[in-house]
Amino acid sequence: MPLLEINGLHATVDGKPILNGIDLVIEAGEVHAIMGPNGSGKSTLAYVLAGREGYEVTAGEIRYDGKDLLEMAADERARAGLFLAFQYPVEIPGVAGTTFLKAALNAIRGHRGESPLDAMQFLKFVREKAGALNITDDMLRRSLNVGFSGGEKKRNEALQMAVLEPKMAILDETDSGLDIDALKLVASGVNALRAPDRSLLVITHYQRLLDYIVPDYVHILADGRIVRSGDKLLAVELEEKGYGAFVGAKAA
Amino acid sequence: MAVTSETLAQVKSVTEDGYKHGFVTDIEMERTAKGLSEDTVRFISARKNEPEWLLEWRLKAYRHWLTMPEPQWAKVSFPPIDYQDSYYFAAPKSDSDKPKSLDEVDPKLLETYAKLGIPLLEQEMLAGVAVDAVFDSVSVATTYKKKLGEMGIIFCSFSEAVQEHPELVRQYLGSVVPYADNKHATLNSAVFTDGSFVYIPKGVRCPMELSTYFRINAENTGQFERTLIIADAGSYVSYLEGCTAPQRDEHQLHAAVVELIALDDAEIKYSTVQNWYPGDEEGRGGIYNFVTKRGACRGRNSKIAWTQVETGSAITWKYPSCLLIGDNSVGEFYSVAITANRQQADTGTKMIHIGRNTTSTIISKGIAAGRADQTYRGQVKIMASAEGARNFTQCDSLLIGDQCGAHTVPYIETHNPTARVEHEATTSRISDDQLFYCMQRGLSAEEAVSVIVNGFCKEVMRTLPMEFAVEAQKLIGISLEGSVG
Ligand SMILES: Nc1ncnc2c1ncn2[C@@H]1O[C@H](COP(=O)(O)OP(=O)(O)OP(=O)(O)O)[C@@H](O)[C@H]1O
Ligand SMILES: [Mg+2]
Repeated sequence: MPLLEINGLHATVDGKPILNGIDLVIEAGEVHAIMGPNGSGKSTLAYVLAGREGYEVTAGEIRYDGKDLLEMAADERARAGLFLAFQYPVEIPGVAGTTFLKAALNAIRGHRGESPLDAMQFLKFVREKAGALNITDDMLRRSLNVGFSGGEKKRNEALQMAVLEPKMAILDETDSGLDIDALKLVASGVNALRAPDRSLLVITHYQRLLDYIVPDYVHILADGRIVRSGDKLLAVELEEKGYGAFVGAKAA
Repeated sequence: MAVTSETLAQVKSVTEDGYKHGFVTDIEMERTAKGLSEDTVRFISARKNEPEWLLEWRLKAYRHWLTMPEPQWAKVSFPPIDYQDSYYFAAPKSDSDKPKSLDEVDPKLLETYAKLGIPLLEQEMLAGVAVDAVFDSVSVATTYKKKLGEMGIIFCSFSEAVQEHPELVRQYLGSVVPYADNKHATLNSAVFTDGSFVYIPKGVRCPMELSTYFRINAENTGQFERTLIIADAGSYVSYLEGCTAPQRDEHQLHAAVVELIALDDAEIKYSTVQNWYPGDEEGRGGIYNFVTKRGACRGRNSKIAWTQVETGSAITWKYPSCLLIGDNSVGEFYSVAITANRQQADTGTKMIHIGRNTTSTIISKGIAAGRADQTYRGQVKIMASAEGARNFTQCDSLLIGDQCGAHTVPYIETHNPTARVEHEATTSRISDDQLFYCMQRGLSAEEAVSVIVNGFCKEVMRTLPMEFAVEAQKLIGISLEGSVG
């Protein structure tokens, strides 16, 4: 049984059709990359999967881990292991990164039937993960994402993913804004998460990320449809030819 | 690190989910007949075995009260109060032979505290807090008295202070809030039944947080607490006040008076967590909380800091204030006020600068949800004598939903050109982006709101003593339950 199965998905935002029939199957353990021009609907797909309000599914269905995903509220999906690294992480003034992450982790642990971590256990766990991403204690203490640089925000998303250990992680342009060193750190953090029971959906504009996080499949999204799917070589081809060669083409 | 929930294990939280304090303990009450008259005042005074001067003072207040109109300026509305429909005195039956220790306390009472999660017996051990528990106007238990007594600290019920330390009471009672101050305070002066009294002698630093849990019980009993705290020269005290109330159908009037006096180089920190029953979603049955709190920085370099977390009551009318009389004295006011459903709050502070180089800081965080309405009303007054006075005010409002309101009404009055007064105000809303972000990380909508609101209030929360902060943090979450989704 696939971990995620999307069939004929149509979605609108403010009455405007954005996704126009998406089919996508992700088996457990697979890494899929989605590439596509600006405005093609990549983030919209991510939000629909995460259950954001205002993104209306007008047709199609999504099954996640054997369940009807569209029946689940956003927080239920998160607790069931679906994680979205935001393209634009949100600022929450006054809330320390650790406070936030601890609340999130314990909510998810509770759902899994695990006992909550206490302050000491949590701090130890987070510091380990933060160290690997070069995130300082100071950054953990500061208000969540407030005044963080673009790259810091993205590293912070990667940290949250590492701590929450999702089953299905969607990374929406997590590489954008990262410098070369940070890109490698984040990529190795993502690779460390790769496991037979865990899947990744990586949204990116750059083939370079896929050198580090090597995908099993690459899909090209244009006008709310997957117009072409292939293996990692598709990304290389895309890099050479640009979207022009694919947009308007029929799904392969 | 900021206060987090793990300390909850140490300090038992007052509430679990929702308002669970909706029970009335059936301890027999001894009370006056309903209604208010000179006889009521005499009855209370006689019942408490008070000296003549105090009875006279009460009567003076009562007679003045009859002539006073209700204050009309606050932005709250409610039907006229029928003062004749209340009881003005209720004491637990066992009043005559007061317990010497907790062992002698009515087990029913202890049970009530246990239900509230206020483990008196464990309190000493856990938090090192001496508790003077007021159950319906009469103190039933005082701990740590001996240890404090050895340092010359007096911490007792107000009635006890009247008997044991009449000279101190007589000297300071009404010296900060005169009996004719305002309608609510005047009523309190006439019919107050009990409260707390604290005296910290010269140069003594009170080694523990002094704490009183107020609790209203008995239906239809107006509650009139009187608190008087005196910090003598060079002393320091931190005082905590918190309260819960059982659910009921009728509105309940509460008109407390708190007077603080800080002499030379003395410091008083007064923290309140208030979660009285706010009424149901339509506002029925909640407490009317009309409180007069005022501190006088009489001495040079003296300091008074008010911190309050207000989540309860149907109507709150409250302006903890500082009279900055001594040169270089400091007044601070940190406030979090949360109103949800039909709650109304009109709260704020007054900083009256009289002495030279006096400074005041006001940080107010207001959160409104549902159809609640709240107003911050702050007055900063710089008298001609207050050479070099400074004030900084910051007022932030956070709105949840689009049917609530928040208003900021600053009054600034300066009679000295050397004064510097700064005022900053912001209004924001919890955004859908923030809610979705939190929920995408696994938090329920309610947990998300709680996290965001606690972040918004952080500057105030960190001024609370630890054990209070934990409780307050949890209360914030509870009081906003049901306000999203
Ligand atoms: N609230 C909205 N109202 C109207 N149109 C919207 C709204 N939100 C998104 N859109 C439109 O939906 C389309 C898809 O947006 P989306 O953010 O999914 O693109 P994307 O593929 O992630 O682009 P990028 O590569 O720039 O991140 C865009 O044309 C965008 O303008
Ligand atoms: Mg996007």
